[in-house]
Amino acid sequence: MSQATSKAQTLYHKIYVSHVVGKLNPGTDLLYVDRHLIHEVTSPQAFSGLKLANRKVRRPDLTFATMDHNVSTQRRSIDAAGETSRKQLEALAANCEENRIPLLDLTHPDQGIVHVIGPEQGLTQPGMIIVCGDSHTSTHGAFGALAFGIGTSEVEHVLATQTLPQQRAKTLKVEINGELSAHVTPKDVIMAVIGKLGTAGGNGCVAEFSGSAIRAMSMEGRMTLCNMSIEMGAKAGLIAPDQITFDYIKGKAHAPKAEHWDAAVQYWQSLYSDADAVFDQLVEIDAAAITPQISWGTNPEQVIAVDQSVPAPDSFTDATKRDAAIRALAYMGLEPGQKLTDCKVDVVFIGSCTNSRIEDLRAAASVVQGQKVAVGVRALVVPGSGVVKRQAEAEGLATIFKDAGFEWREPGCSMCLGMNDDRVEAGQRCASTSNRNFEGRQGRGARTHLVSPAMAAAAAIAGKFVNIAATAAATTNGEQA
Amino acid sequence: MSKIFAQGLVCPLDKNNVDTDQIIPKQFLTSVSRDGFAEAMFYDWRYLADGSPNPDFVINKPEYQGAGILLTRANFGCGSSREHAPWAIQQYGFNVIIAESFADIFFNNSVNNAMLLIQLSKTNIDLLFNRCQQGPQHWQIDLASQEIMFGNNAAMGFNIDADIKQRLLSGLDFIGSSEQLNPQIADYEQSRKASQPWLG
Ligand code: SF4
Repeated sequence: MSQATSKAQTLYHKIYVSHVVGKLNPGTDLLYVDRHLIHEVTSPQAFSGLKLANRKVRRPDLTFATMDHNVSTQRRSIDAAGETSRKQLEALAANCEENRIPLLDLTHPDQGIVHVIGPEQGLTQPGMIIVCGDSHTSTHGAFGALAFGIGTSEVEHVLATQTLPQQRAKTLKVEINGELSAHVTPKDVIMAVIGKLGTAGGNGCVAEFSGSAIRAMSMEGRMTLCNMSIEMGAKAGLIAPDQITFDYIKGKAHAPKAEHWDAAVQYWQSLYSDADAVFDQLVEIDAAAITPQISWGTNPEQVIAVDQSVPAPDSFTDATKRDAAIRALAYMGLEPGQKLTDCKVDVVFIGSCTNSRIEDLRAAASVVQGQKVAVGVRALVVPGSGVVKRQAEAEGLATIFKDAGFEWREPGCSMCLGMNDDRVEAGQRCASTSNRNFEGRQGRGARTHLVSPAMAAAAAIAGKFVNIAATAAATTNGEQA
Repeated sequence: MSKIFAQGLVCPLDKNNVDTDQIIPKQFLTSVSRDGFAEAMFYDWRYLADGSPNPDFVINKPEYQGAGILLTRANFGCGSSREHAPWAIQQYGFNVIIAESFADIFFNNSVNNAMLLIQLSKTNIDLLFNRCQQGPQHWQIDLASQEIMFGNNAAMGFNIDADIKQRLLSGLDFIGSSEQLNPQIADYEQSRKASQPWLG
C-alpha cells in the first residue's frame, strides 16, 4: 500500500497512474495499453470470440504480430512443423490481414521471437504498458515499461478496447550492488535470485531491479534478467531506463522520430522510483557473491552453483521443498551428492527469448571458437530473430558454430518448449539457455538444465557440464583445460 | 438465502507448484478452438506411455470420478500464460479450485472464465487434505457468505477480493463492462496523442 503521507512513488506506480482510463470497481482500474503483441498460439480463440460478439479491433495500429512458437527453425515454410501448426499459423495470418494488424510472418526478414523483436523494432519503449499472451512479456520491463503476460480472454479484451482491468500490484525491490565476477552473466544473476526467493517469491508483485550491477548491464543483459522474473512468480520485472536504454532505442524502426525524440527522452528521464518511495518488500544481493549457476531440478528455484553437489532432499527443512526435491531427482535421474560437472549431456540448446540475442551468441561463440562439439552431442543455435541471425552471420559467429558442429537455425522458439519440430527425447539431458526446466517442457521425459550461453557452449564442447569460471581460469594460466 | 456457487465431489491433488505445462502440455495448444481440452488435462500424469490411463494418478481413481472441486497446494498454475489450462480444468468439470496460492496469470485467466479460485492458509489446506483422507468429500461453496460447507453444519470461511466476488456473482460480461467506459477511453486516446505524439 502506498503511504498517504508521502508523495514519493515507485516506477511501477508512476506508470500505472499515467495509464488509468477510469474506474471499474472500487479496487479495479481500467488501464490503457500502448502495445499489444500477439503470436499464433494464444490469439486464435481471442479473434473468434471477437467475431462472435461482433466486435472490432480498436487499435490495429498498436497491435503487432509475429510467428514464433510453432514455426520450424529448419526451413522457412509455414507447413514445415506439421499440419496443426500450419493451421494455427494460417489462422494468425488471416486474422492479421482481416484486421489490418502488422505481421512479421515467415517471409519477413526480421521475423523472430516476440520478445526479441519487440525491442529490436523499437516497439518497446520506456513508460509504456505492453501486454502479450505470453508469460515472458516481462522481458520488455528491461526498458522501464510495465509489461506482463495475459491470457486469451484478456487478449480479446485488449483487441476490443485497447485497455485492461487491473488492480494495484505489490512492489518488490531487488537491489543488486557490486561487480559481477568474470564469467558470471545476467542469466546467472537471475537464476541466483530465483534460487533465493523461490518460484512463488514474487507472486502478486512487480519486481524492480536496481543497483550498480544492473546499471552496468547492457540492454541484452537486462532483458535476460526481466525475462525470467516471471519464474519467481512476479507479475512483471522492471528496470528504470537510462542512457543505455535510450541509446539502444534510438534509430530503431518504431522508435520516436527525430522531431519527437527529445521530448520522448525528457519524459523517459522522469521514469524512476523516487529515492524515498516505499516498496512492499526489499531484497539486497551482493553481485560479487554470485557464481555460475545451473538448475538441477524441475523448477527454476532448484538451482546450484555449478561446482556444488546436487542437494540431498534431507537438506531442505521445508517439507514441501523436500518432497519436490525427491520427485525432481527421480525425474532428472540424479543422485544427491553428485556433481553435475560429472554429468554427460546429450543435447545443447542455445536460444529462446532468454538468451538468443547477439550478445548471447557472442558469449557462446567465444567459448566454441576453434573447437568441436563432443561426439554424441546434438547441439543447436537458434537466433532469436532475423536481425540477430544476420548480425551473427556478418560477425562470423555462424561460421564458428557451424565449423564446430552446431546446427545453425532459422529464428523461432524451437526447443525452448518443444511445440514445433525440435524436441529433447525422453531421458536425454539437455544444457539449455531457455527459462523453464519443468517436467516435459522440452519434450516428454526430457531432462533440462538451465544455464548461461557460455556454460551451454562449454557443455557442448566437453560433452558434460563444465564450471566455466574454473576452465577459463585454467586456460588463462596457460594450462590445458 | 444465499445461493450456492458450486457443490460437488472434491478431488485432492496433493502437489505444489503444478505448472500450466503439466495442466495442459504444449502439443495440445495447436488448436484454434476453445473446446476439446478436457481429455488432455494433466496428460503426462494421467496417461501412461502407451496411452492407457495411469491408475495411480488421483484424477483416474474411481472414487474421484465426477469431481467438481479441485483441492491442491501452493503456487498452482505457475509458468506459461496459456488460458488452455483453466479451459481444460473447467471443461473436465472443475469449477472451483482451492489452493494455498495461485500464480497471477492463471488466477486472472480462471476468473475470466467464471471459475472460483479460493486461497487458504497452509494450515487450512492441511485440514482440508486431512478431511479428504477420511473418504470422498462432497462440499458446497457459498460465495455470498464466503464459506466452504462440509455438511453437518461444519464450515470454513474464506477471503476473496470484493471486486472479483461481485464479478462472479453478477456474471457480467468482461469486455462489456469495460466498454461502458468507451467515452473515457476515447478521451484518454486524445490526451495521449497530444502529450506523447510518438506513441501513435
Ligand atoms: S522462446 Fe520459449 S519462453 Fe520465449 S516466447 Fe518462445 S516458447 Fe515462450
